[in-house]
Amino acid sequence: MSKRKLKESSAESAECISQVQKILRERFCHHCAAGKLFGLEQQYRHLLELLKRTTVHGESNSALVIGPRGSGKSALLNHVLKDLREMEQVRENLLEVHLNGNCQFLMKNPFLSGLLQTNDKVALKEITRQLQLENVVGDKVFGSFAENLAFLLEALRKGDRSSSCPILFVLDEFDLFVHHKNQTLLYNLFDISQSAQTPVTVIGLTCRQDILELLEKRVKSRFSHRQIYLMNSFDFKQYIKIFKKQLSLPAEFPDESFAQKWNNNVQHLSEDKTVQDVLQNLFHHTKDLRSLHLLLMLASSAVTVHHPLLTAADLQEASRQHSTDSKANIVHGLSVLEICLIIAMKHLNEVYDGEPFNFQMVYNEFQKFIQRKAHSMYNFEKPVVMKAFEHLLQLELVQPLERPSARAQREFLLMKLLLDSSQIMDALQVYPNCPTDVKQWAASSLSWL
Amino acid sequence: MNTRQQSKLIYSWYGKPLTSDRKLRTSQYKGILITSESSKTETCVQLGDFILVEGVNADQPYVAQLVDLYEDGAQHKRAVVQWFCRLEEIPQNKRKLLKREIPAQEVFFDQVLGYDTDIAAETIIKSIMVLPLHLGEELPIMILNKEQTFYVRQSWDGKCFKVLSPDTFSKLKEANKKRGVITNSSKAFTPSDILTPVKKETESVVRSATKRKNADMEIESKHSTSKSSLAKERHSQRVASNDIKTPTARKKLELNSPTRSKAKLLGCEVLGLLDDDCDAIAPLEPSAPKRKVKFTGEILGSPPKIPCSSDKSKQTSETAEHRQRSSDSIRLSPYTKVKDFHGKDRNLDEEDDILLSLVGYQKPSSQMPVLTPRSRRTCAQKTSALIAEQISLLKSHGKLAAEEDFSSGSDSSYSSSSEEEEDDDVPCTPEKKPKSSKIFSTPKSSRKSAVHTPAKTPKKTGTPRTPRTPRNATPEIPRRVQAAQEPASVLEEARLRLHVSAIPESLPCREEEFQDIYNFVESKLIDGTGGCMYISGVPGTGKTATVHEVIRCLQQAAENEELPPFQFVEINGMKLTDPHQAYVQILEFLTGQKVTAAHAAVLLAKLFSTPGPKRKATVLIVDELDLLWTRKQNVMYNLFDWPTQKHSKLIILAIANTMDLPERIMMNRVASRLGLTRMSFQPYTYKQLQQIVSSRLKGVKAFEEDAVQLVSRKVAALSGDARRCLDICRRATEICELARQKRAPEMVRMAHVTEAIDEMFSSPYVNAIRNASLHEQIFLKAILAEFRRAGVEEATVQQIYHHYVALCRVEGLQSPTVSEVMAICSRLGACRLLLVEASNKYLHMRVRLNLSQDDVMYALREE
Repeated sequence: MSKRKLKESSAESAECISQVQKILRERFCHHCAAGKLFGLEQQYRHLLELLKRTTVHGESNSALVIGPRGSGKSALLNHVLKDLREMEQVRENLLEVHLNGNCQFLMKNPFLSGLLQTNDKVALKEITRQLQLENVVGDKVFGSFAENLAFLLEALRKGDRSSSCPILFVLDEFDLFVHHKNQTLLYNLFDISQSAQTPVTVIGLTCRQDILELLEKRVKSRFSHRQIYLMNSFDFKQYIKIFKKQLSLPAEFPDESFAQKWNNNVQHLSEDKTVQDVLQNLFHHTKDLRSLHLLLMLASSAVTVHHPLLTAADLQEASRQHSTDSKANIVHGLSVLEICLIIAMKHLNEVYDGEPFNFQMVYNEFQKFIQRKAHSMYNFEKPVVMKAFEHLLQLELVQPLERPSARAQREFLLMKLLLDSSQIMDALQVYPNCPTDVKQWAASSLSWL
Repeated sequence: MNTRQQSKLIYSWYGKPLTSDRKLRTSQYKGILITSESSKTETCVQLGDFILVEGVNADQPYVAQLVDLYEDGAQHKRAVVQWFCRLEEIPQNKRKLLKREIPAQEVFFDQVLGYDTDIAAETIIKSIMVLPLHLGEELPIMILNKEQTFYVRQSWDGKCFKVLSPDTFSKLKEANKKRGVITNSSKAFTPSDILTPVKKETESVVRSATKRKNADMEIESKHSTSKSSLAKERHSQRVASNDIKTPTARKKLELNSPTRSKAKLLGCEVLGLLDDDCDAIAPLEPSAPKRKVKFTGEILGSPPKIPCSSDKSKQTSETAEHRQRSSDSIRLSPYTKVKDFHGKDRNLDEEDDILLSLVGYQKPSSQMPVLTPRSRRTCAQKTSALIAEQISLLKSHGKLAAEEDFSSGSDSSYSSSSEEEEDDDVPCTPEKKPKSSKIFSTPKSSRKSAVHTPAKTPKKTGTPRTPRTPRNATPEIPRRVQAAQEPASVLEEARLRLHVSAIPESLPCREEEFQDIYNFVESKLIDGTGGCMYISGVPGTGKTATVHEVIRCLQQAAENEELPPFQFVEINGMKLTDPHQAYVQILEFLTGQKVTAAHAAVLLAKLFSTPGPKRKATVLIVDELDLLWTRKQNVMYNLFDWPTQKHSKLIILAIANTMDLPERIMMNRVASRLGLTRMSFQPYTYKQLQQIVSSRLKGVKAFEEDAVQLVSRKVAALSGDARRCLDICRRATEICELARQKRAPEMVRMAHVTEAIDEMFSSPYVNAIRNASLHEQIFLKAILAEFRRAGVEEATVQQIYHHYVALCRVEGLQSPTVSEVMAICSRLGACRLLLVEASNKYLHMRVRLNLSQDDVMYALREE
């Protein structure tokens, strides 16, 4: 009887846990769609007013949203657009065109899919397609580049402030558009925004602070110089608040008692000293909310039926994973011979003050160690050592200075080590079953004397 | 007689001089003979005839009436004409005045002053017919659908349309009546289609129709049938004389045989029709004869294209189709042909009747060869096997069963002889027969229907057609659903007026420049010459605005008839995808043609170098001139060369940013053609900026006087860019509006303006550093330390890392791993606080600061 009850409750909680996972993962992965805004009220108001004026009064504008990666530029814009669409007088009155300067980026919005505006030609076709102008049949745009441009400009010229539907151009990764030939697209968009044609608003999103210096003088003159900066200007107290908000479950969670329990736990965690240390450390490293999401994601994946609530240890573990050194991790998996080679390279670096070396030098250094000191090491053949060296090359722990050519012998290609000596020492500390003489040799190249 | 050879057409006077003036050495004539060398035809155009005159656009020659013909002192043949203008020549905005649909054939009696009525006789293409009609009068059916015939209902004097005065009406009528084209059959007379309109009224039709000579000639004469093809031919000849290779022109000529293009046009219709018939044939037996009529029609008028292609026998399959087609039609012909013709004849009008019956009666005689089985052509023999195959296929399909009964035996003979028949038939088939006649509408489509073998039909129609390029799509942005709100408050009103796009009534502070440009263009317009002016100035100094203002004033003056009329064309280097596109845009503005860049260049060169009739002066604005630069600079060269041509009447206003552009990037020969008429727009001083803002705000009390002055001084000190000034003011109104929600000041004060200026001009770097995370700040400190140590403003990440670890220890922080340092470095690099190399170098990646060390120190010290 009691067993059955236990089973029931566990089944129930399994349901709960999967719900929790779903909610949290959605929150952490889809930053743009559901992300909340933190400390961006002023910028939000500015942008909302700007777009409202475009739609209601038909006023042309241009603005840049500038902020470091992960500071919520797209989230801000999406929020504004969402709120704008909900407004009565705006809903039908705005045509949106989203362009992305980056070719790998994929937008989530339904009216967009993989945008690849790597040059003006593609961008123009995309604009025409999204505006559904008359030279669009199905999903294809007809005509040459020149024809398309002429057609679009003609279409935009025909409109005027009071009668045409305002158009919003969103240029994601704005800095990439700057590199298009002659900045034709930007010139034309800004020119339209500064002349009595169809009302347009051009919003550029970029993370580059020097974006204005990249604009050509004519383009710059036509840009209205409205810049909305996102700075992540919150302090640690707010950071803790964000942490709580991101982790707590919403009120509409089906199992209220579990939600209550979970939220209490989150509250408790936020006051915990170790958790605060973990967060403080992350906060000192970066104020980027995406890295916080990543940390919470790692931590929350530890939540299971048997471990239904997050603990400080989970967060610590996640923080450790989050901040591990990738190259040092690779070193852990190397063979003793490869470790020896890396140590030899480290010594060469010290002796020659970071000058590049070649395989022959490394091999000689290794031979010295084998002959003088090593008792536990077997003297490998040169081809075997070469093979180990090439493995390091493949792992990109070593990097050739020039491209390997057919003429140069492999042994004499100049190389550089991509590890710092401190990294090597740290890795050796945790390397399992490392022979002591290797350890000693690593500590000092003169230890055999 | 002066005979000037013009590639292929020879113009010579008809008859003796009527009068001659010894002193002026001019002599008048009553007619001119146009002899085409290739087709051996002669046409005589007499005084009072209506003619087509070569125009800017090859597709649309001008329509005119010949008033006088004379030879001037220099022995040039000249003609004086009365112009008619087409709808296309009337400005877009005036077309609305007509309030009715204008068919392509309607022309207007031209009373616009200023067009040159004295033209070179060599530009006459041929004679046509222009009928005067009263406004409400129905079109006589004979005119319908005849491309050669125009009609006139109203006159056009450049401002409004008027009904033809009775005087001119009767004159035109008279000209039409006495009009008769004398055709000389000196060598080998062949009926040329040029004459067909007349033939229909005179009995010469009979003569021309019955006189038939060898087929080669007819093919030749076909080339000159439609006026458009003729015009194009002439056009291409002219082009050819301009050092352009002739082969293309020739090719064009050959391709231009009208039957083919028409066949294409009608192809779909016929396809559909035939398809319907084929599907319906089994259940609807009685409908079969009807279709047969069509097939007979095909044979009658089939163009000389089919023999040509089968002669070449490029693809056996294709010829097989031809064969199949012709054999089909032949099969149908024997028993219905004559009877059907008689049946149809009765339904038609009188004129048509004559023509039709002619053709009809002709029929039996031309059928004679059909009955004698001849299979001279090898292709025919080859393909007969294929045909047999096709037929067996047909049988298996069970379609067309009725027709097949009598065909199988003499297929090949029929098909080969049908070609003969086609050849023979052509001369007597009038090309310009009315389309209303069912029988004659089909022949044109015969080429297309050749593809349409019944067996093929399902495949053909089964595949959905790919959507065609919408050639004449109208560029338009959807209208907005709700009306735009009008400004409600003073601040909103001010903001609207301060927007750069708002067009002020006058341009303050540019009066002098305005006057200079105005005077320049005006003087050129009055003189009827061409010229260039180069205008330079930094962005936002009102260059383009001033030039547009000038044009606006000039257009007004031209409308008030204070100035000769002119065309205004504008191109912008930034709005072109390629410098050569400039030609395309200019040509499209001028003539409405859409051609490739190379072709456009040739056409424009011709346009500006030859004295054309009806030539208006052209004012061309070239904005952002520097972007028209190419390596060979031929675009710029051409642009500035045209105004120097005698007849071009082209005035160019070139705008660019740099004052010394001609010296810097132009070759000497280009710069020299640009000339020395320069003007430079100085950046605005603060007083001017202040005036600009206050003139826009006239009557709206939104700004404090001092606030405007502050903005003006600030902008004048930085760039003198009026756009910037207006943008700052606009932003200040927004800030004011936001602040107003708490209190209620209606005015923009100093504080608001200062805030706006700070927002737009403050450097973002310091703020970005202050808001960076602790480790990022320490990393920047480490960079500074490394720079100080090495004395070089560049360091690798590895070097910085050592300082960084040390600094962390001092601060009592956990020392970060290399991965974290790399992440910090790339984050700062993405913001461009640092300039970093590609990250694959890892620790050896070199780093630089993107701002001065002092700035970094200043930003870091504050805390």
